[in-house]
Amino acid sequence: MAELLIFFEQIYRILFLLIPVLVSVAMIVWLDRRVWAFVQKRRGPNVVGPFGLFQTLADALKYIFKEIIIPASSNKVIFILAPIVTMTLALIAWAVIPFSETFVLADINVGILYLFAVSSLGVYGIIMGGWASNSKYPFLGAIRSAAQMVSYEVSIGVIIINVLLCVGSLNLSDIVLAQKDLWFVIPLFPMFIIFFISALAETNRPPFDLPEAEAELVAGYQTEYSGMMYAMFWLGEYANILLMCAMGSILFLGGWLSPIDLFPFNIIPAPIWLILKILFLFILFALIKAIVPRYRYDQLMKLGWKIFLPFSLIYVVLTASFLMYFDLLPGN
Amino acid sequence: MIAHAIVFYIFSLIAIVSAIMVTVSKNTVNSVFFLILDFISISCLFIMIGAEFLGMIMLIVYVGAVAVLFLFVVMMLNVAQQKNEWFNSSGRSSHIPVGLLVSIIVFFELIIVIGGWKYKPDLLDSIAIEINTDLTNTQSLGSVIYTDYIHLFQLSGMVLLVAMIGAIVLTFRQRSGVKRQSYFKQISRDRNDGIELVDVENNKGVKIDA
Repeated sequence: MAELLIFFEQIYRILFLLIPVLVSVAMIVWLDRRVWAFVQKRRGPNVVGPFGLFQTLADALKYIFKEIIIPASSNKVIFILAPIVTMTLALIAWAVIPFSETFVLADINVGILYLFAVSSLGVYGIIMGGWASNSKYPFLGAIRSAAQMVSYEVSIGVIIINVLLCVGSLNLSDIVLAQKDLWFVIPLFPMFIIFFISALAETNRPPFDLPEAEAELVAGYQTEYSGMMYAMFWLGEYANILLMCAMGSILFLGGWLSPIDLFPFNIIPAPIWLILKILFLFILFALIKAIVPRYRYDQLMKLGWKIFLPFSLIYVVLTASFLMYFDLLPGN
Repeated sequence: MIAHAIVFYIFSLIAIVSAIMVTVSKNTVNSVFFLILDFISISCLFIMIGAEFLGMIMLIVYVGAVAVLFLFVVMMLNVAQQKNEWFNSSGRSSHIPVGLLVSIIVFFELIIVIGGWKYKPDLLDSIAIEINTDLTNTQSLGSVIYTDYIHLFQLSGMVLLVAMIGAIVLTFRQRSGVKRQSYFKQISRDRNDGIELVDVENNKGVKIDA
């Protein structure tokens, strides 16, 4: 009986996390379009609900009632599995994100590795969708995306090592608490920039949206998808973007910590700070979508392997030597 | 404890069934997907016995990188077709003895491994390092690999480096006539290199490729 109670409590906690995440994904799509429109001096979605806030819900409703078309020559099982994999992987990663010192679903020892592992699995949804469609454009998009995500994961991994050197623990709460005096964005500023750009590439956002470059590949791996399955790809993509923003704010911007520990700031509850930081990073993501032209594929690969990887490796050596020389290594 | 056992059997069942499906399934891409499922359930088993670092590294390295490249190759090369051609061709008989030899050796090795469980208590006493159970396994792995056995670790790194250089040398080919983009050249170009003002005489024109 007691075990059953624990089980239901866990389900309640999972829903308590999952539903806000899904709702905020819907809101973030609206925000993305609004920022994009703002930069281009348009109005953006402003009809459905106050300020157009319910636009995404209306879109979702439209997708639900659309017919799902499965191509006759596709591999049907994998074709249906692909959006499910994308969506699931985008959502399970939220389990380890700490919203405050106590408000975290799973406070595991290797939290950052878990995040890294789940985000590196995200490529499977795209490869599966692209291959199972049995069509040229989706396959080309999937190949591009796989190469791109594998390349940029390497530099994200090295950047994470930089942060871990300063923390001495793989636990996400420990990473946040280690930034109590100084956010890592200050000593590791170059790494923050590289992390941000790699996150853009990892989530297939412009200027690195080559997998779905509409001028060349129609819609890349999503070309054959329609209705709810397309909507799931789309939700998964935005949930991944939010996740990358959350990862950036935990690794570099002090997670749930308030910027200054003074009266008007420290009464604001911790989760609000994390949400504000995620929103800040997301608005940067959206601005970049609006103002930067798309990269060429060879430039993308060159940036990842020949510039980011060597630079972040050198920075690992620098950080380690600095910490060693000034005897600042954690855990001693 | 019962829940633990149930979860363990679920994961091991998935692992075994998918391992069988890797070899049985006709479509090569499907077998790669089953291989990935196998890796994932094995890393879940690692996490269940408390080796969370190993489980996560398994996910990152095998599922996140190795299997992606594997899938890539299988999808691009259309292995299924080649396999069918190979099975239908007459030259197959020369390959079978080699495969048989390898599988017999692997079979006996497996028997030895399983038989080794009997001597496990004796072997446990001969472990050189005392394992500190207070530390998390990330910390203890770190101290074993990077402090106690650093020279062996660096030696294995050298082996990997040699393998990497070998692979690059084997596959590297220099193509002539490739136009590469050089950021340095682009940025260091200035107005004097790029633009030339010419006074054009009437009815004469200008020679561009001077």
